[in-house]
Amino acid sequence: MSAQGTLRTVLRQRRSQILQQWSEQLTHGVTVSPHARLSSHELARQAEQFLDCLVAATQSGQPQDIHAPEWRSTREFLEELSRQRVLMGFASDETAGFIFSLKRPLFDGLLEQCGADARKLATEVWDATVLLDELGLYTVKAYQKTREDVINRQQQELLELSTPVVKLWDGILALPMIGTLDSARTQIVMESLLQKIVETESQIAIIDITGVPTVDTLVAQHLLKTVAALRLMGADCIISGVRPQIAQTIVHLGVDLQGVTTKANLADALALALRRTGAVFGK
Amino acid sequence: MDRIPILRMGEFLLVTIQVDMHDQLALRLQDDLTRVISKHGTRGVLIDISTLEVVDSFIGRMIADISGMAGILGARTVLVGMQPAVAITLVELGLALTGVATALTVERGMQQLRRSLAQAGDDGDAVER
Repeated sequence: MSAQGTLRTVLRQRRSQILQQWSEQLTHGVTVSPHARLSSHELARQAEQFLDCLVAATQSGQPQDIHAPEWRSTREFLEELSRQRVLMGFASDETAGFIFSLKRPLFDGLLEQCGADARKLATEVWDATVLLDELGLYTVKAYQKTREDVINRQQQELLELSTPVVKLWDGILALPMIGTLDSARTQIVMESLLQKIVETESQIAIIDITGVPTVDTLVAQHLLKTVAALRLMGADCIISGVRPQIAQTIVHLGVDLQGVTTKANLADALALALRRTGAVFGK
Repeated sequence: MDRIPILRMGEFLLVTIQVDMHDQLALRLQDDLTRVISKHGTRGVLIDISTLEVVDSFIGRMIADISGMAGILGARTVLVGMQPAVAITLVELGLALTGVATALTVERGMQQLRRSLAQAGDDGDAVER
C-alpha cells in the first residue's frame, strides 16, 4: 500500500470515529471562543462537509498538491468558511484552528491503522501534517483576502460618504466634512465642491469641519487651498464647526488662516452667509 | 496677428478670453488694455475667463499683473467665471492671486464693480485697488 493509500484508507474506514473526535475537539477544545458564535451543530456540519471534501480529494491522483483541480471543492469550501468567519467576527487563529484541530483525531486514526510499524507511522504522520498545514495556511490566506476586501470596500464607502455637497439656501452651499483629510480626499472634495459652485452659481460655500477629528498643518494647508480656489472662482468661503481643541491646535501650530472667516458652528455660519447674501428674516 | 477684443460698455471694459492664451497674446492684451484704460478713463474692467481651460504660471501671473496695472491707472478689475480645474491649477502653482477681485458670473462681476464704484464715489474719487 502506498504512503497516500493509508491516509485515504484511514479517512474512509474510520470516518465516523474521526468525525466524532474532531467535533468534540471543535466544540470543547481551545478552538471555540466563549462567545459561541457558532452552534456545535453547525460546527459538526462544517466538519462533516470538510471531511467529505477531503476524502474525495485524497481519492484522486494528486493527494498532496492542494492546488490541483481535484482539490477545487475543498478550496471553495475553505474560502466560503473563511468568508463566513470574517463576517461573524472570528480571529484568524480561530479560523485556522478549525483545520489544525483535525490533526489529533487523524493522527490517532493513523496510529491505529499502522500499529507497531513506527517507520511507516512517522512517514504517514509527516505527510498528513504537511497536507493539513497547507490547508490551514490556505484558510488563513482566504481569511485575510476577505478581510482586505472588507477594508477596501469600507474605504471606498468612506470616500463616497465624505463628499456630499448640500444646498442650504439659494446661493449657499454646505460641505460637511467627515473623517481625516488626506491629499487624495481633499482633492476629490475640492473638485466636487467647485463643480457644484459652477452648477448652482452659489456665492457662498460653508465648509463644516465638525466631523474632522484632528487638524494638523497638512489638513490646514488643504483647507486653505480649497478656500483659495473658491475665492479664485469668485465665491466666498466660511469654515464652521471649529471645536475648542481645534482652535487651540491651530493657534499652537502657528497656522495663519489668512483672513478666512471661521465660525464655531454651522448655525452661525449660515446666519452670516444669509446676511451676506442680503436675505431678510422676521420672527 | 490675432488679438483679444476689448469691448467698451460705458465706463467699463469687457474682455472675454475665448481662445487658448499664449504668452504673446497675453502680452499684447496687457498693452492694449492699459492703453484703452488711460485713453477713455475707464473705471472698471471685467475679464471673463469662463472658456479658458488651460493656464500656466505665466498666464496666471499675467492676470495678476493686468489687475495691478489697471489699479494704478484707476480702474478696478474683476475676474469672472474661472473654471474649477483652472482654479485648482492656479492654487497648486502657488498663485492665489490675492490682489484680484473675483466673481462667479459676468452679471455678478458687473454688480460688484458698480457697488465698489458707488462706494468709491462716496469717499471722494479714491478707487479701491
